[in-house]
Amino acid sequence: MRQILRLTVNGEAAESLVAPHQSLADFLREDLGLTGTKHGCDLGDCGACTVLVDGEPRLSCITLALECEGREVTTIEGVARDGRVHPVQEAFDRCVAAQCGYCTPGLVLSCVALLRDNPSPSEAQIRAGLSGNICRCTGYTKIMDAVREAAVELAGQAPSPAEGSRRD
Amino acid sequence: MSESTRPRGAVGAPIPKLDAPERVTGRIRYIHEIGLPRMLHGAVLRAEVPHARIVRVDTSRALSLPGVRAVLTGADVPLVPFGHGRDNTALKADFVRCIRDEVAAVAADTEEIAREACRRIRVEYEPLPAIFDPEEAARPGALRVWPEREDNLAFNYHYDHGDVAAGEAESDAVVEGTYRLHYVTHACLGTSGIVAAFDSDGRLTLHSVTQVPFLYRRDMSRIVGVPPEHIRVIQAAIGGGFGSKLDIYPYEPIAIFLARATGRPVRILFDRGEEFRDSPTRQPAIVHLRSGARRDGTLTFRTARLLLDNGAHTSWGATTPFVMMQTFSSLYRVPHAAFDAEVVYTHNPYAGSFRGYGNLQATFPIEVQLDELAESLGIDPLELRLRNAQVPGEVTGQGLVFQSCGLAECLRTAAAASGWEEKRRAYAQAGEGPLRRGIGMASMVHTGGGAKIYHSDGCGTVLTVDDFGSVTLVTGATEIGQGSETVLAQIAAEELGIPVDRFTVVNSDTQVKPWDVGVHASRTTFIAGNAARMAANKARRKLLDAAAEQLGVPAGDLEIRDGDVVRASDGKVLTDVGRVVRKLHFATRYDVVTTTAYYEPPSAMQDPGFKGNVSPTYSFATHVVEVEVDVETGVIRPLRVTAVHDAGRVINPLGALGQVEGGVAMGLGYAMTEDLVIREGRVLNGSFRDYKLFTAPEMPEVDVRWVETADPDGPFGAKGIGEAPAICIAPAVVNAVYQATGRRFRSLPLRPERVALELARGEGEE
Repeated sequence: MRQILRLTVNGEAAESLVAPHQSLADFLREDLGLTGTKHGCDLGDCGACTVLVDGEPRLSCITLALECEGREVTTIEGVARDGRVHPVQEAFDRCVAAQCGYCTPGLVLSCVALLRDNPSPSEAQIRAGLSGNICRCTGYTKIMDAVREAAVELAGQAPSPAEGSRRD
Repeated sequence: MSESTRPRGAVGAPIPKLDAPERVTGRIRYIHEIGLPRMLHGAVLRAEVPHARIVRVDTSRALSLPGVRAVLTGADVPLVPFGHGRDNTALKADFVRCIRDEVAAVAADTEEIAREACRRIRVEYEPLPAIFDPEEAARPGALRVWPEREDNLAFNYHYDHGDVAAGEAESDAVVEGTYRLHYVTHACLGTSGIVAAFDSDGRLTLHSVTQVPFLYRRDMSRIVGVPPEHIRVIQAAIGGGFGSKLDIYPYEPIAIFLARATGRPVRILFDRGEEFRDSPTRQPAIVHLRSGARRDGTLTFRTARLLLDNGAHTSWGATTPFVMMQTFSSLYRVPHAAFDAEVVYTHNPYAGSFRGYGNLQATFPIEVQLDELAESLGIDPLELRLRNAQVPGEVTGQGLVFQSCGLAECLRTAAAASGWEEKRRAYAQAGEGPLRRGIGMASMVHTGGGAKIYHSDGCGTVLTVDDFGSVTLVTGATEIGQGSETVLAQIAAEELGIPVDRFTVVNSDTQVKPWDVGVHASRTTFIAGNAARMAANKARRKLLDAAAEQLGVPAGDLEIRDGDVVRASDGKVLTDVGRVVRKLHFATRYDVVTTTAYYEPPSAMQDPGFKGNVSPTYSFATHVVEVEVDVETGVIRPLRVTAVHDAGRVINPLGALGQVEGGVAMGLGYAMTEDLVIREGRVLNGSFRDYKLFTAPEMPEVDVRWVETADPDGPFGAKGIGEAPAICIAPAVVNAVYQATGRRFRSLPLRPERVALELARGEGEE
């Protein structure tokens, strides 16, 4: 029996009928057409499906859509601010942190959350922040460069409401 | 992306990739995002036992499931044999010979229904005895995988140069050993997939992830019975390739048969389990290697005997000896060499091509054994390698011509940058406690500009400069995330004098792009780069001639800089290329600036003895790895990797760094963590949880240095870099672990439980 799901996705209210077993990743991709969220493994192992739920990184492949009732979901399509891509995306671009790019949306969201919680992370904290995301192409070095550059960039900016506030 | 934040620049400029904005925003479309109106979803049912006769397939319970539109078995489709050994078919009708074998397929309204329908198909099997050990399969009288063949020998390769017996007689030291290389898999983050659609005329459009679109079209034509000229291949963005998409695999023609049966487009996507179990692996190998040297370290001979497990069907893994022998014959100067490889059928899954194409498996035994040789001669491993390193201009025993060769410089640079001498000395004193450190090195040679295995190894390009001064570069080459679009644009931009940010690269549609062999053999920068440069050169000359006529000055007095036509003597801007093209369209010649070029490298197909210069150029590298081994737990921590590469002139240092760093991570996985466990023909660890890739916290510092030899035939001196970085990490790790522990491992991977066990067993060699 499908149920009504009401939530906010990338700042917009959404209301939809979803099956109880439907994953958040499927809901975002199939029902809302937000295909930037990737299926990498569907087991919660690789991090390619990472989105933010109430500002926290979540593996959307092992999160039920219905668990997000009343919550605020941010996908890769929603991290841009004021018509500009997010500084993390800009840094990924500049540093060549995306090769095939399949893991990139999930990594960008992990990094956005990392830098929001910890604006000047140490080397070990950066590595730990990326530890849930597998990348087969880059060896992570350029991704870590991007995090460092984005941290510097963000340090000069005021926080924006589009990033979503953390609700514990 | 605002323009100001993206630097401009041509050859040598560390610029971001042209396609990066599409990738970092998640807008780029992989095969998973290709959907067509009325599209159905396909799923494949595979064998449940590795070897069996198919007695009966009952599809009735699948057909009765609402939403199922077609169910196909081996009885319903043409069984045209395909693959390098012509021993695979889309579906299997009578026998299954490995657990990957495709027994039935379903097209349904949703993927969920299609997969459920597969589960409802009842297959009655008569299980048959199976053979999984290649050494057993190679013995006379062994159970035959293909009873119609005399034995299990699928292919054999023999190569030699010089006189091995004479070489052995001159040797002061001889070492030998058997080395075992395991199964690993590409583990591309984007799983495999295809969308097949027929139009009303019976023409076929394939949205595909193939790395070889033109050969794919030709080969697919034969399998599915559609004329090749009626097949259009559109390449979706590829979520990782690494060689895994170099062959046709059965799910692809299956999608076409389902599309034909239903009259609707059909998409098949692998899930992660299928990606692990049912896509090709790296070729496993057992290598017996023997080599010798004189007292001064000069190598005297090298003989290698290899046994490769072909699995039940043949994909490109069976042809990896072709590349392996280049390393056995030509990594360092070896006056006498012999190489024999046998590839035998078993009931295991089959291997395909994988970044390095056999070279990881060849470089590992050679470089580990070189250290053993150095030890027995009392020579430093660096010194031994330098003594035998080739120099520019050298022609190897196999006939490979090293017209540019920075091997010795790579060795020296790697030693200096890594602090080789001091660390080697410091770590020679065994430490106290469980943590021991060691440092090891290894080098490699690999084709840097393709391999002429077809009569052409070429690439075509069509380049247009439009009426606003923008450039469209249509290349036959394929982008798989490595950054070829950007590198090709940089090469053409340099030649043309028009900035990279005015370029659009078109490269994904066989209906539009000219012919190319495909993305493999580290060939794109060299071959597609030369083609792009040739087309750009023609366009530049045409623009300058037109500008000269329009301005009434000699063409020789003009240059194109930053998109402007300038007076060469003082750089004064006279007009711009957009204006020149507009005048060409409307006023002067009624013409366009569209040029074509086809570059064919000056390489040769090898003779039946595998001699000849198969690539126009070769890339070299030395990697030094420093490790810390916990001798109690067996955990090896790589501390630092120094990777020095001769890839000729580096076109884009940022992109090239990414290739090296990614290759190092892949090579470390091969050495230490990645192990596709196949027992009795079954893959036991088909998930990222059980198949361990390197993650960010484990990555060591990677110090990349370039030895920029300028290759005379490379575009602006460049050579290929795609495969090289993965090749020589594993032996460097093993050599470092030997210094740290006194234990010389001859097989991979060095997983902690195994290392701890081996170390606990005591002194000696594996």
